[in-house]
Amino acid sequence: MTLAAEAWTEERVELFGGQLHLLKGGQGDPLVVLPRDNGYPGWQPFHSILAERFTVYVPSHPGYHNSDGPAWSWLANVRDLAIVHRRLLRTLGLDSVTLVGLGFGGWLAAEMATMDERPFKSLVLVGPMGIQPAEGEIFDQFLVNTETYARASYHDEANFEAVYGAEPEFEYLENWESDREMTSRIGWKPYMYNRTLPGLLGGVSVPTLVVWGRQDRIVPLECGGLYADALPNSRLEVLEACGHAVDIEKPNELAKLVLTFAKTL
Amino acid sequence: MELIYFTEQPMATYPEEDAKLEVPIGPGKTQRVTSLMLSNKYFDPVSGSRLYNERLEEYVLVDEVGFDGIMLNEHHTAPFCMSPRINVFGSILAAITKRVKIVMHGNPLPVVDSPVHLSEELSMIDMISKGRLVSGFVRGGGVENIQANQNPVFNRERFDEAHDLVIKTWTTPGPFRWEGKHFQFRVVNPWTAPLQKPHPRIWIPGVASKETVVWAAEHRYPYVGLGTNFDLSQKIKDIYREAARRVGYEAGPEQFGQLLQCHVAETEERAERNAQEFMWMAGEFTGLNHPIWGTPTGYGSPSNRKSYIEIAAGRRPMNRPPSMNQRRLERTFIWGTPDRVVEQLKVVLDNNRVGILCLWANDGRIDHENSKTCIRLMGQEVLPAIREYAKELGLVGPFEANTPVSLAETPKEELQPVG
Repeated sequence: MTLAAEAWTEERVELFGGQLHLLKGGQGDPLVVLPRDNGYPGWQPFHSILAERFTVYVPSHPGYHNSDGPAWSWLANVRDLAIVHRRLLRTLGLDSVTLVGLGFGGWLAAEMATMDERPFKSLVLVGPMGIQPAEGEIFDQFLVNTETYARASYHDEANFEAVYGAEPEFEYLENWESDREMTSRIGWKPYMYNRTLPGLLGGVSVPTLVVWGRQDRIVPLECGGLYADALPNSRLEVLEACGHAVDIEKPNELAKLVLTFAKTL
Repeated sequence: MELIYFTEQPMATYPEEDAKLEVPIGPGKTQRVTSLMLSNKYFDPVSGSRLYNERLEEYVLVDEVGFDGIMLNEHHTAPFCMSPRINVFGSILAAITKRVKIVMHGNPLPVVDSPVHLSEELSMIDMISKGRLVSGFVRGGGVENIQANQNPVFNRERFDEAHDLVIKTWTTPGPFRWEGKHFQFRVVNPWTAPLQKPHPRIWIPGVASKETVVWAAEHRYPYVGLGTNFDLSQKIKDIYREAARRVGYEAGPEQFGQLLQCHVAETEERAERNAQEFMWMAGEFTGLNHPIWGTPTGYGSPSNRKSYIEIAAGRRPMNRPPSMNQRRLERTFIWGTPDRVVEQLKVVLDNNRVGILCLWANDGRIDHENSKTCIRLMGQEVLPAIREYAKELGLVGPFEANTPVSLAETPKEELQPVG
């Protein structure tokens, strides 16, 4: 890996009177990674690998991860967040974007594409929430503590502990709690899905790769099939021995899927 | 002095041993719970039917022996309280009792879908009871929010807005339109109205959360501390009085109430045995909870955030309910023969100087016969003695003091805001 790919910068972007936290690194075509709903632990190996080929942008969600919570408390639903992220792309002057959404970020990516797919070259949705499972349920974080929810994102909890430690620092707990307060604000019910999304995805023709961890305990694998069915120009890839936090548990495999997919376009 | 009877109406017949449920609260830690996820397969409607009817018989006796009121509360999805809808019991009491006030402690405003329907039901209860309703509002516990699927983040906003709508419905002729943040109604024009004018009194029960104490004081609603010891009662008074002065009035005993556990029997031995039955479920009046169910994200006070996060993560023990002995020492649970109980209650009144005394007289596995004996003895010996003593101390309730029902109903010229 080149030094350039491991170097990254951190900034804050002003939008709608609030701020978003943004990590940026690498060189090449723009690629945006939208994180999960319980924060992000900074620049990760997954970002570094992609930064070899892309300029990688990792924004926080409005109201999440040190991004000025009170200033965003007026946002009411997930589509509001999607609109803010679309505005962020405009503000950054990005076009022909490869949009990678992780979990909750995948749901936002899908919503963003339904609004107007022109800014996007392709979508990679990794274990996205957003579609109601037919059989199972999306893991309800509001019935457990934040650490239990974070751990449930991993097939192998050693992968969780490699990032957060066996007993995560108070700062992580605090971030998870404030992230979750925002999630509650915009997503308490119906929990983590939007009934109109599958229908609207029918109008999205941008090439889409849907990726799922076989052992995802947060969003059932069946939702991968539902996404692939709803998106006309998509296919589903399933990674073995992998939970919901695909980018942390299988960074190389996920990055390889993204890079290979990009070559086909 | 208002002397109010209370029982939480427990489903004391549920099989506690079989129904033990332990849930994980963090890595490697579990917690016994008696609410939310404890399966209702353990609810037995046959004994449920018996228990409901026993409570009704006891409430009629409470009315006859001279209590001033019956306090009702509601909880959901848990065996410690069989009353998930106080307006149902309130309606029945409106018809089958004659004198007592029906004290709603309280309707959980944030979890109701329609404050307009709530105001209609309360108006009906007030008219049917011929003006005996005392309304009361609560935020609902975390479990109430979860089971009603109401977003805990908006609990306080919904509380405030629902309250304002209920009051407007009671005091402003319709039709009017309500376009709020959480509630919207094209037409508010209920064909009901409370008998008491300008509207029924509102007392606010609580466990001393500062925001609610201040809110009650700012509305001039009496605050009833639930099981609060001397120190906490004093803290509530200090906070309340300061807020009351800020909005322009002096809060006397009529603005304060207290609920305490208090059981009497014919002998000390019997009282002691019953007291132990009372303390079932570790004496926890909101059940044993997973910390997240009791205090979901966004529900708690921002001032307690750090300790909340630690408790939620299982890194700091939850506050456990005090033991029976500690309660006895703190005089939040008093039991004995009538003489002994009167003696202790006098100490409570000396210290807390409240105008509303709610006696949580029977609970847990105390049976129907012992409950009735307790109610009779209270009527014959405890209530008259306490009434007399309260008079000596000048402790009057809101009805005797004839205070305005709220700050909004207080003549402006009587208010002298300080600070």
